[in-house]
Amino acid sequence: MKRLGDSVLLVIGILAAWQVLFWIAGDIALTSPAATAAHLWKLLGTARFWENAAETARAFGLAVTISIVGGIALGVMLGLNRTSGVVSEPILIALYSLPKVTLYPLVLLCFGLGMSAKVAFGAMHGLIPVTIFTMKAIMQIKPVLWRTAHAMRLNVRQTALTIALPAVLPEVVAGARLGFSLTLLGVLIGEMFASQRGLGFMIMSAMGLGDIATIMAVAVFLSVVAIAANAVLLWIDRAIPR
Amino acid sequence: MNRRVFSREGWIRLGVIAAFVIAFEAFCRAGFIPRTVVLPPSDMAVSLWHILQTGEYNKDILSTLRNVAASAVLSVTFGFALGVILHALPRMRATLEPLLASYYAVPTFMFYPVFIVMFGVGSGAIIAIAVLLSVVAMIASTLTGLDRIPRVLRKTAAIYRMGTAKRAVLIDFPAAAPYLFTGIKLAFAYAFIGVIASEFILSGQGIGYAIAYAYNNFDNRNMYGLMLLVILLATAANTALDTIDRRMQSRMRRQ
Amino acid sequence: MTASDGSDVHARLTDVTRVFDLASGAKLQALGPIDLDIKRGEFFGVVGPSGCGKSTLLDILAGLSPPTAGTVLFEGKPIKGVPDGVGVVFQEDASFSWLSVHDNVAFGLRRAGYDAAEIERRVTYAVGFMGLRDFAKAYPAQLSGGMRQRVCIARTLVLQPRLILLDEPFGALDQQTRLLMGEELLRLWRETGATVMLITHALDEAAMLSDRVGVMSARPGKFIDFIETQWPRERDSRVVSDPHFGEITSRLWEKLRVESLKTMGTAAPGAAP
Repeated sequence: MKRLGDSVLLVIGILAAWQVLFWIAGDIALTSPAATAAHLWKLLGTARFWENAAETARAFGLAVTISIVGGIALGVMLGLNRTSGVVSEPILIALYSLPKVTLYPLVLLCFGLGMSAKVAFGAMHGLIPVTIFTMKAIMQIKPVLWRTAHAMRLNVRQTALTIALPAVLPEVVAGARLGFSLTLLGVLIGEMFASQRGLGFMIMSAMGLGDIATIMAVAVFLSVVAIAANAVLLWIDRAIPR
Repeated sequence: MNRRVFSREGWIRLGVIAAFVIAFEAFCRAGFIPRTVVLPPSDMAVSLWHILQTGEYNKDILSTLRNVAASAVLSVTFGFALGVILHALPRMRATLEPLLASYYAVPTFMFYPVFIVMFGVGSGAIIAIAVLLSVVAMIASTLTGLDRIPRVLRKTAAIYRMGTAKRAVLIDFPAAAPYLFTGIKLAFAYAFIGVIASEFILSGQGIGYAIAYAYNNFDNRNMYGLMLLVILLATAANTALDTIDRRMQSRMRRQ
Repeated sequence: MTASDGSDVHARLTDVTRVFDLASGAKLQALGPIDLDIKRGEFFGVVGPSGCGKSTLLDILAGLSPPTAGTVLFEGKPIKGVPDGVGVVFQEDASFSWLSVHDNVAFGLRRAGYDAAEIERRVTYAVGFMGLRDFAKAYPAQLSGGMRQRVCIARTLVLQPRLILLDEPFGALDQQTRLLMGEELLRLWRETGATVMLITHALDEAAMLSDRVGVMSARPGKFIDFIETQWPRERDSRVVSDPHFGEITSRLWEKLRVESLKTMGTAAPGAAP
């Protein structure tokens, strides 16, 4: 109950700060919370907005599936062997902290303009954190758990399902949460540069027209969706016993 | 001297990277990948060497480095200050906790166009978005660092009859330092990503801009040279910061 | 043996109580009332069931927290804040991870403004005394738990405290290390002539090290018995094989068993017979 009160307080605080910023910066740079909400409501009634949103959702859906499924598979493969884990960890971390946007032209040249480039670029962002989290979780399973599995005479399948998977699940979910956010960012950045469709494109074309109301409305829409999705994933994360 | 680099795994890692580069080179040379798509790594290196020799991109490189430095310094300073203030105000902190927890889920970068409208195309908007991306990492690290100061050290400070200021300098700060350094490392990495991405999407200067410009003009030679520069810069900086970070973490480790 | 004119009393607690205000608004009496004289130069051990307020007693003597009521005198003067001449060693590892062993030990001296030569002399002595000479340049993370606790003891020792308070200093160490650290502590006590108060939950530790052991009751903690061990000043861990050692520990356990059962009873009703 108190947590809910805090959240309401926080939202009110953010809206108040936004309103104050609006009074200071003026309506050339910023639209007020009320005006943004009104404009967003208007956009939600247009077919154009939903076409773009659907395009982004499709690219994101594919990219996040690749990120999470691929990341878990890669993480398990690398993590099961100590040497491959130790060898690949610094490489993965270096790739993770690379400004991947510089590689976007490479992706565009390989995949051509369009859906597949966006998906590839989104997956580039999300795949690595999921891999790192899964791999580390596998590597950090306590040896005593393997010995316990042996002592209980579990076979490989039973060990995987009853011991290994539950042991790494919290970490994998945490990795998936990060992968989810970064994949979304990757897809959107992909749409902002050299694209004809999607919400990222919509923001860029609005900027070209100096249409601050649309930029704000779409950015706020994306933020709300991202926070809601993150809250659901966080809730799943916390529901896992550990 | 550094044993970790030359451990067995270190050698294998070096081998894996070398094998990847050689295979990449061979594929390109054999014509499996056309030069209109990717240049062979050796050509990228030659192009980078040429770029550094002629200095034709020096203005862009300097502009990027300046913006990254400014953003990182601003983030670390404000992030540390805000972290200390929030730590002192638990009620406020509890209210802001959901914001800190879900901050990095929000594609903050989507607000870059807002900053462009606000500040115009240039360093102002770039630094603003880079700070927005990196400051929360520093706030979170500062809070963690202050939380993790063992209570017994506070008692010890009392035994030495230290005042709050003395304790902050002689006990709290050094005890939290490893976490603060992790914050600095993250702030730097995020600032670098933020600056390069903003330059790439829309700006008139910087390495990111130069890469986008080269892409739009089918200038693969310069594009891949600059791409290699970014990869080398980011990897070198992150590896250096990571090495210091690990060293500080291991010094702190307690049984 | 003991004159009661107060001249050889090092610290005196009179009618001391400590009451905590809980968040729920209720009050919790953790300690007292306590009357206690600690004699100059004695090795005084304190045992008691967990949660009986042993650490609260130490905090009050160290000046870390004031008593709710009663008076506390150290060397005849009331305690206000941490008094000069008192050193404390805690159970938790309080070594400064960012300083080398040498600088850890020198920390208090530097703060007190001693000159460099004097600091060096005292640090060298304390580091040598605690068997840390080969590790002077090492950092705490490179040392075992027992070694780190030696660093904390050396750091206290260099300031030449007249009263040393130890709050379960060996609680986190294994049994063999505890016995050996106990011997170190006896050696330190003999050489410095300081008064020592050792809080512990280990009966054998209290029985082996102390001149006198105070037994505390379950919360609110009061002293219910004092046992004079009558060990010679020159002693070490081998007293455990003395038949008298068994008499002391069994008397301690007899008193403590009842109190410990009370503690368990409050924690888990039905567990008590």
